[in-house]
Amino acid sequence: MTPDELTQPADNLLDVERTFSERLAYIGRFFWRDKSGIIGLVMFFLVVFAAVFSPAISPYNPLKQNLRDSKMLPAWTAEGSWDHPFGTDNLGRDIFSRVIYGARVSLTVGFFGVLIAGTLGMVLGAIAGYAGGRIDSVIMGVINLVLSLPYLLFVVFIAAILGRSLINVILIFGITDSPVFARVTRGEVLRIRESGYVESAISAGARWPRIVFDHIIPNLIGPLITLATFEMSAMIFYEAGLGFLGLSVPPTVPSWGNMLAAGRKYLTSYPWIATFPGLAIMFTSMGMNLLGDWLRDVLDPRLRRSRK
Amino acid sequence: MQRYFISKLGQSVLLLFGVLLLVFVMVRITGDPAALMMPREASPEDVEAFREAMGFNRPLPLQFVDFLSGAIVGDFGNSLHFKTPAMPMVLARLPATVQLAGVGLLMAIVVGIPLGLVGGFTPGSLVDSVGRGLALLGQSIPNFWLALIMILFFAVRLGWFPSFGRDYWNSVIMPAFVLGLPTMGQIVRLTRSAVLEIRGEDFIRTANSKGLEPGTIYTKHVLRNVAIPLVSVIGVQFGYMLGGSIYIETIFAWPGIGQLLEQSIGWRDFPLVQAIAIFTSLVVLAINLFTDVAYAVIDPRIRYDT
Amino acid sequence: MTTILQVENLVTRFYTLDGVVYAVNGVSFNLQKGETLAIVGESGSGKSVTMMSILGLIPIPPGKIESGEAGLLLDDPPRDLLRLSPPELRRVRGGRIGFVFQDPISSLNPVLTIGEQITESLTKHLGLSREKAKAQTIKLLGYVGISDPELRYKNYPHQFSGGMRQRVMIAIAIACSPEIVIADEPTTALDVTIQAQIVELFQRLQKEMGMAIIWITHDLGVVAGIADRVLVMYGGRVAEVALVDDLYELPQHPYTVGLLGALPRLDATDTKRLVSIQGTPPDLLVPLNHCPFAKRCEYAFERCRAEIPALRPVGAGHRVACFYDLQKGKPRHD
Repeated sequence: MTPDELTQPADNLLDVERTFSERLAYIGRFFWRDKSGIIGLVMFFLVVFAAVFSPAISPYNPLKQNLRDSKMLPAWTAEGSWDHPFGTDNLGRDIFSRVIYGARVSLTVGFFGVLIAGTLGMVLGAIAGYAGGRIDSVIMGVINLVLSLPYLLFVVFIAAILGRSLINVILIFGITDSPVFARVTRGEVLRIRESGYVESAISAGARWPRIVFDHIIPNLIGPLITLATFEMSAMIFYEAGLGFLGLSVPPTVPSWGNMLAAGRKYLTSYPWIATFPGLAIMFTSMGMNLLGDWLRDVLDPRLRRSRK
Repeated sequence: MQRYFISKLGQSVLLLFGVLLLVFVMVRITGDPAALMMPREASPEDVEAFREAMGFNRPLPLQFVDFLSGAIVGDFGNSLHFKTPAMPMVLARLPATVQLAGVGLLMAIVVGIPLGLVGGFTPGSLVDSVGRGLALLGQSIPNFWLALIMILFFAVRLGWFPSFGRDYWNSVIMPAFVLGLPTMGQIVRLTRSAVLEIRGEDFIRTANSKGLEPGTIYTKHVLRNVAIPLVSVIGVQFGYMLGGSIYIETIFAWPGIGQLLEQSIGWRDFPLVQAIAIFTSLVVLAINLFTDVAYAVIDPRIRYDT
Repeated sequence: MTTILQVENLVTRFYTLDGVVYAVNGVSFNLQKGETLAIVGESGSGKSVTMMSILGLIPIPPGKIESGEAGLLLDDPPRDLLRLSPPELRRVRGGRIGFVFQDPISSLNPVLTIGEQITESLTKHLGLSREKAKAQTIKLLGYVGISDPELRYKNYPHQFSGGMRQRVMIAIAIACSPEIVIADEPTTALDVTIQAQIVELFQRLQKEMGMAIIWITHDLGVVAGIADRVLVMYGGRVAEVALVDDLYELPQHPYTVGLLGALPRLDATDTKRLVSIQGTPPDLLVPLNHCPFAKRCEYAFERCRAEIPALRPVGAGHRVACFYDLQKGKPRHD
């Protein structure tokens, strides 16, 4: 026996047990040092705000055509007017309003896509990790198959077969992305199973539901929240890409991808039509990536990006 | 080493079988592949005749056996649009796509690795900020949008590059750059974090305790270890680029597999789409296999692991 | 006896996100030619950081050496390690002072051969040609007890067992016949039987090569068998320093007494329960203006909570930093 085993080690100062308020203060300091996290959070909230309050914020009905006022330039150009801050498209629809409504489509796809992928993935991963043996090999085989495919190509393939609808897009992302969540969940379940404290909890008389809620879920939340942020950002990206190819929501819906696809035809003569939806995608994606990077540093330094 | 290679090869074959099964199921997922492939205005008699001709009315297991035996000899049926075998058309498009992805990957490596190395050795420096900024941009800019903006500026306004096609020596530069940008960002990030991680390893402290020159420590002790994760990420990224070139090829009218995919979806030419999906998966699986082998060559822990 | 290393008033701090870590707070000690000095203390007592600081092996930032001297007295004129230029310091490290680290698994580079990792030290410090360095390396591998050294030369670290890897580490440390070898918990990560072999190897090498060894450990049990003198550290300060026998016979610091009490003795006839030291190690994030051990010390009185005790002599070569006289059972008078 050595003195170390008799006393608490103070070896790694960052690992020392800390009270909740100390931990909060630590996260606060981290936040302050790494301002990119705050910036990302603000950017993300702006997009959420735009999506939730679209009818209140947008000056026009995004679907209303007005051929007399079509192809108007953005407000800050000589010919532009503040009536239409981002100008109007080829059918005279207000681009600013359409960009704001576009956030609804993107966030809906991202949110429900991640919800489905996360739930499905957690269940599959937990089963694989807990059951082990043949069930584990089968689930992992399917997961490896999906992860080794050229992802974009298959998403395009399925979308082409299923046809354009919001539900289809959400289902496609929800199902094809679940292996990423399953893999992380399985790894964590295995790690926790092997770490011994589940065993000691069982020997102390704890039952499985209790173990799941007390040990497994708290350990999983950090990595999964981080992963969800990145995957949601990726889905918003891919949804816009499908829209650009004419494979996402129906063409009448104002989504960023659809707007890009429509604007592409007028690229050389009226370039602003394609510019603003692109900037909106970039803004959202950048905010979520900054947020995700920060969350990863704070919540789980072990997690590595799994895709993209 | 041999056993490692054989097991990886076996996995690849298994995955390929999985791809075939997946594609087979996907085409039939709506329940009626004939309706999917025929124009909407086609008469019921035409659809029935087509169903008969394609064998979609036979039992599924039989269809699958036929599909498999065709796949083994490289026969994926005829393109509905061109009425000629699908696979040769895909193969004909391969060189253009490989060129595009290859040049893009090269750009990503040439820019990304040095930026990542400098960033990892001098975190917080100006070069590091540039590298991290590039990584963030590469992750956040939608490349289909960037392609449009670049055409607008560098082709239409400035006239530096052709805006589409593959006819001039500099045609490849813009599409390859756009395709390679996310990979460039990934390589910067990965190289940087690998350098930072390796620098903190105990064996670097050992190297320091021997009094070695910093230059020796970086080139001999750090770089060789950084190379291991880099090789695997480069392989994976190359696969993604080959499979993800659909936007870039469509926008730049680059005559590769991605453009063919976009066109064949427009034509509802599903035998062609199916051939593209299978062939691209095959190429990606082959790249992954090659990466695994390269990985083993540079990592003695795998090479000598019985 | 000749003093070869004289460390005076070393202060090292780390400026981290959590605040300033006061890791080493004015440590002084010396090292005699050919002796084995054990530095004992808990994790976080500053024993490793002290040695790393002297040889410029702490990462800067976040680390910073605030003050102190580390005289290499064999040199004429004596040189201060803390004030050497980086190239001069590199010639000392590995050449005249060798290192053995705790974890032989992570301390060797996984992608370089064992041979390469030894020869690079020889070519750097002794200027040997590659062939000569290789021959010398093979000799060294045999010398530290590795069989088939010619074959093993080409092997990678993962092909060795833990104990064998530690022998390789030792070969690296002694490659250039250093005057000092610093061994940082060299046996902690190993099985008990292997531990004994490594200790034996150190003793043999010291007898044959005559170098001084600084043995950093938290395990007083190992110390008894190998050390000539013991330096006990607590909270980044020296608590007590004495010849090994004096320390075991007549410990003068309540912390040392606690450590010895916590040591299970095979020769103990009574079934007295192991005494553990109550409380937790000091929080190094707070600068102390009193004895770091005061909070856990059963003898502490007001002065211990108001002043930092200096090291004072209590016998031949025996010094202690404590206001309380354990022998007389009352506070000391200055």
